[in-house]
Amino acid sequence: MAVQEVTSAQEAPKVALFNDPKIRSWIFQIVLIAVIAWALWGMISNAAINLEKQGIAGGFGFLSNEAGFAINFSPFIDYSETSSYGTVFGVGLQNTLVIAFFGIFFATILGFALGVARLSTNWIINRMAYVYVEVLRNIPLLLQIFIWYKGVLALLPTPKNSIDMGVFGAMNVKAYFAPKPVFAEGAGSVAIALLVAIIISVLVAKWAKKRQMATGQRFPVLWTVLGLIFLLPLITYFIVGQPLSFEYPTVGRFGPRGGMPVPPEFTALLLALTTYTATFIAEIVRAGILAVSRGQTEASYALGLRPGQTLRLNIIPQAMRVIIPPLTSQYLNLTKNSSLAVAIAYPDLTSVFAGTALNQTGQAVEILLMTMITYLALSIITSMFMNWYNAKMSLVER
Amino acid sequence: MKLKILSAALGAVAFGAVSSASAATLDDIKAKGFVQCGVSQGLAGFSNPDDKGNWTGLDVDLCRGVAAAVFGSGDKVKFTPLSAKERFTALQSGEIDILSRNTTWTMSRDTQLGLNFAGVNYYDGQGFMVRKELKVSSALELSGASVCTNTGTTTELNVADYFRSNKLDYEIVAFEKADEVVSAYDAGRCDVFTTDQSGLAAQRLKLTNPADHVVLPEIISKEPLGPVVRQGDDQWFNIVKWVHNAMINAEELGVTQANVGEMMGSDNPAIKRLLGTEGAFGEKLGLGNDWAANVIKAVGNYGETFERNVGPNTQLKLPRGVNSLWSKGGLQYAPPIR
Ligand SMILES: N[C@@H](CCC(=O)N[C@@H](CS)C(=O)NCC(=O)O)C(=O)O
Repeated sequence: MAVQEVTSAQEAPKVALFNDPKIRSWIFQIVLIAVIAWALWGMISNAAINLEKQGIAGGFGFLSNEAGFAINFSPFIDYSETSSYGTVFGVGLQNTLVIAFFGIFFATILGFALGVARLSTNWIINRMAYVYVEVLRNIPLLLQIFIWYKGVLALLPTPKNSIDMGVFGAMNVKAYFAPKPVFAEGAGSVAIALLVAIIISVLVAKWAKKRQMATGQRFPVLWTVLGLIFLLPLITYFIVGQPLSFEYPTVGRFGPRGGMPVPPEFTALLLALTTYTATFIAEIVRAGILAVSRGQTEASYALGLRPGQTLRLNIIPQAMRVIIPPLTSQYLNLTKNSSLAVAIAYPDLTSVFAGTALNQTGQAVEILLMTMITYLALSIITSMFMNWYNAKMSLVER
Repeated sequence: MKLKILSAALGAVAFGAVSSASAATLDDIKAKGFVQCGVSQGLAGFSNPDDKGNWTGLDVDLCRGVAAAVFGSGDKVKFTPLSAKERFTALQSGEIDILSRNTTWTMSRDTQLGLNFAGVNYYDGQGFMVRKELKVSSALELSGASVCTNTGTTTELNVADYFRSNKLDYEIVAFEKADEVVSAYDAGRCDVFTTDQSGLAAQRLKLTNPADHVVLPEIISKEPLGPVVRQGDDQWFNIVKWVHNAMINAEELGVTQANVGEMMGSDNPAIKRLLGTEGAFGEKLGLGNDWAANVIKAVGNYGETFERNVGPNTQLKLPRGVNSLWSKGGLQYAPPIR
């Protein structure tokens, strides 16, 4: 790099092609890539030859074969025993994404709350947050998963004595049977109404900002947006004739069935991932807020901003720049930690694809390769998104 | 453990340590001085460590028999506990020399995994266990039930076939570790526990109140359980196969752990060939001619290991049933030594 800059900065003197630093560096790069490609190719073809010599089946043809086993949790993808191994991969990936999504969502909320609580001047709140963070951060995650699974959820009542929660469904040791939303005709228009509300909100926010810049007049954006997002779909919902109903669990021979069962494996994993990752997020948030100098608060007050505004408009935006990079790695950790699902039968990618499918087909090399590439891709996508967000949040000088 | 095995497997296939793993297992074993045997993580009657850490069981005895055939002592064997999911990778990668872990012989395992099944030391079938209080008397009444089982087993495939073909609705909860299956069933997470009938008898002992549960009459599959070796080493394959055959032949000929010394003087030609007082059968396996005599001295004949580990007088109380000798109406039948 440096070499290139130097040569391009001044008129490069004519030299022999081979001695031209620019060409030279290109040659070295090409040679390096060729060596790496050759080594990779050697490993792959060697693996293929050895597998064949050992009589182990190879190739990716198995992905279209029938899997033959059941999976008890697949919220979006239609899966049955007759589905293919390719679908098993999809279901595993889906379940990893679902647990990661909810885990990140709740861990972020809990983590921010704890981080702010750690800075509270209220002694009790402050100490409670401190103890929470110190204790949960130092207990191995696997152990916490088992505590939730075997120590808490396994103690729920038997199917016969299920807890009846009325409109919220029923709960017992086998699952939480949530009411299942059933959409009738017209449900689509409610969704469209929500979309429209969101688009209008964005436009309103933009307009309000512009107006404030120009005239200094403020507009109650928050209330307008909240009103739009709640009221518009709600009104549509009643106009098209309430297209949403709930299917409740019924009582069968083996206790409640039907509805939308949430297995305890999911709940235990979600609780453990959330409460554990939140401790790290809390520390990151605390550090981020402390990194904004006290003078910023004082300056805001001097300008006449109220404490809430100070936090929202001054402190948090600056703290975010410190918070986002380490927050990203916590999100990645949570996603990867979700593979501990294996221990408690939550059918995530590792458990159901790199586990069950691997064992039933014996195609370890192909399956592990696919799994590794998938986790890598998830990590890269998450970091790319967070980098984009970070760039957006970073200091824009006007 | 699992990671170690998997990375060993990947390493082995990628960098070509394979030739040493597939050929001449016997030489490797003689050089290291013991047989490495893959077993379960604790399944009473089949492979289970006692309180002193000594492994016992029907599957363990087969490994001890192999060790006795090679070294003259049933103690020259080390055990690697494996989950159902880990077992084949461990064998393929050369981590173990023989897998003797209630493993069902199926066509795909035999033809796609680079492995060979050396015989059947227990003919089994898959069954269901439920709580008595549910008052279920047939598997056909199980619609809507949650079923606990192990991943990576024939069990989870059979149960899917059975419920689907009988149009029964169910939820599968599949754990990797067998103990997790038992504790989930015990906690009420599942209404049904399914595995091989022998496995039900063994795992039942781990429940809080074994008497509160009942095994349903349906047997939904064939589960021929037997020892497995890597494909491509015929000598080692033959040794394991013939140790198993020798134990069955010994029972048929009335040679037992107690009388084997005395039988050395027998003039029954079949016994003489078995015990190596005539012919050079052991030599052709790469072993001493007293190979089978050593097996019987170490673990007894097939019937004895059955009675000692899983038979009616043990905790498992399994009847001899289809595992009787062919001459007694069962399926255990070994080709002759001649
Ligand atoms: N025979 C079946 C099932 C074998 C199996 O793993 N059974 C479980 C349940 S009985 C087991 O042996 N668990 C004992 C352990 O993992 O330690 C197969 O080969 O796939």
